[in-house]
Amino acid sequence: MSALPWMQHLIVVPVLLPLLVGALLIPVNQNRHGLKFATSAVSGVLLWLLSLALLQMADGEHWPDGVGVYLASNWAAPFGIALVVDRLSALMLVLTSTIALAVLVFGARRWDRVGVHFHSLFQFLLMGLNGAFLTNDLFNLFVFFEVMLAASYGLVLHGYNLRRIQAGMQYVAVNLVASLLFLIGVALIYGATGTLNIADLTQRVAALGPQDTYLLRIGASVLALAFLTKGAMWPLGFWLPTTYAAASPPVAAMMVLMTKVGIYALLRVWLAVFGDEAGELQGFGLAALTAGGMATLLFGAVGMLASQDGGRMAGYGAIISSGTLLAVLGHSGSAVLASGLYYLIGSTLAMAAFMLLIELTERIRPPGAALLAITMEAFAIEDKPEDPVGVGIPGTLAFLGLSFVACALVISGMPPMAGFVAKFSLFHALLAMPGRVPATTWLLIALMLLAGLAAIIALMRLGVRTFWASGAVTPPRLQLSEALPVGALVGLCVVLTLQAGTVFDYLSRTVDGLARSGPASERVLGEPPVARPAVGEASR
Amino acid sequence: MELTLSIAVGVMFGSGVWLILRPRSFQLITGLLLMSYAVNLFIFAMGRLWVAQPPITPTPAVDPALFADPVPQGLVLTAIVIGFATTALYLVMIIGARGLTGSDHVDGEEPRE
Repeated sequence: MSALPWMQHLIVVPVLLPLLVGALLIPVNQNRHGLKFATSAVSGVLLWLLSLALLQMADGEHWPDGVGVYLASNWAAPFGIALVVDRLSALMLVLTSTIALAVLVFGARRWDRVGVHFHSLFQFLLMGLNGAFLTNDLFNLFVFFEVMLAASYGLVLHGYNLRRIQAGMQYVAVNLVASLLFLIGVALIYGATGTLNIADLTQRVAALGPQDTYLLRIGASVLALAFLTKGAMWPLGFWLPTTYAAASPPVAAMMVLMTKVGIYALLRVWLAVFGDEAGELQGFGLAALTAGGMATLLFGAVGMLASQDGGRMAGYGAIISSGTLLAVLGHSGSAVLASGLYYLIGSTLAMAAFMLLIELTERIRPPGAALLAITMEAFAIEDKPEDPVGVGIPGTLAFLGLSFVACALVISGMPPMAGFVAKFSLFHALLAMPGRVPATTWLLIALMLLAGLAAIIALMRLGVRTFWASGAVTPPRLQLSEALPVGALVGLCVVLTLQAGTVFDYLSRTVDGLARSGPASERVLGEPPVARPAVGEASR
Repeated sequence: MELTLSIAVGVMFGSGVWLILRPRSFQLITGLLLMSYAVNLFIFAMGRLWVAQPPITPTPAVDPALFADPVPQGLVLTAIVIGFATTALYLVMIIGARGLTGSDHVDGEEPRE
């Protein structure tokens, strides 16, 4: 029997659990909504608890340096695939499972029934996301990206209608091309360094000859193009607003998370390969990231002002958030990075809540019943989910209005919510960098303020039109299962604001761990495989 | 051999790029296929080109320089499978779009005159 302590196996469970649950749900008949939802929800809750446990373990004394390593199939690190949990990946796992749980509950009333196999696809999406956060191997990252994308193709089309098909065609085509770029980048990096393990890369980069360095730079740039397409950097992000606006609200909320995967992968690879161990290659390409991020910010701000409906506006909001993060990544500096990660948490939670909220607020205006009818017809689903009826929650309008205001405050970065704390600490960290503050930093700050202004103008216009000028006399009917996730996500934003000190402590520990890429990579490569049993025993 | 392979990769990728910029979904998917062939060959070449060399060493006590690199071969295999699956998925989508919109334009509607 293996001598590995059982807790070590927890690292691989976030990948295996959704895979098994998703597969189990495929043969279950489409009419058994209750069973499907219950299974999926149990998996969601388990994943949530698991991610919290991993966060606890990564932040505690459980592993040296806060890095947990799981060697798949017991192959030692550079040869097999290693899964690695550190504070950053644990944080992303928690964020994923939190939003996933909210989305699952939100979709339970209606959205998981407008098409087939919602829950299976959703579990596969979670598997891809969790795997991408955990893996320490570039090619394995590609595989998990593809799992995630294949599930997302299905989910974007979920509730098949004309609009989703049109958006989905472009979304899939763009991502297929991006996947090819991903492969080219990975191949070039392998050709230059002879390894795909990220920890091994960290150690090999400094010793490369000039010709291999040249190849590595091209490879990393091509790879970054693939990540940035997912992260929607201008001009690679034109697919995003249309897709977000067309996707069903629960899916759109999950897609907010998927743009962050691109940024996470970029951060992970860049810190490992071009970090403090990289010699003369250190900090390669960061200026391009800053410039691209600023262009993205501007594009998002203009787009937000120009868009009319909530879905597109939210899409451009996600672009603004990506742009801010990319521009921040370009500034090497641990305080800047910690603030950037805080911004990532806050904006992801708020954007996800906003995606769900838009659908609820649109009920104030005449409901989009026609849209749903086409879907039903296309899929010949027999029992039509009745329009949500039931006890109208008293004060629904008040709830919707308050949630809307809270989301708008976080997205635009106004006090007193988390967005403001994030932006304030970002400005503080940017201005406190050693040396004279360069002009680009001032430009970045100006752009971030401008984007905040654009966001608040656009959201205010939407809010006025929805809540005050829509002529709604009767408040829309809400289900508790729809109001609860939105309320929970908004509540988490509030908690994030109130507990900013605790969160920042955690994030600064995270960034400290990331900045020392050397010890972390030695930790991964030095992880001993479990001793093999004696030969006679193994053959039996 | 290097020249032949690079020309093959270049021609396929170039044709693929041209095709994915065309407006019809059939051209798009043909372009994607050509590009993925080119990328597969490219990955293969990243293990350096070998003729008639086994990829697996019989015993550890041999010179690794005499053997082909097995990793890119494994990568290509995975890439082919994944590329095949995603392309098939896209093909299904294109057929669905053709049925629902009555047009094989990638925008899902004929361009307005």
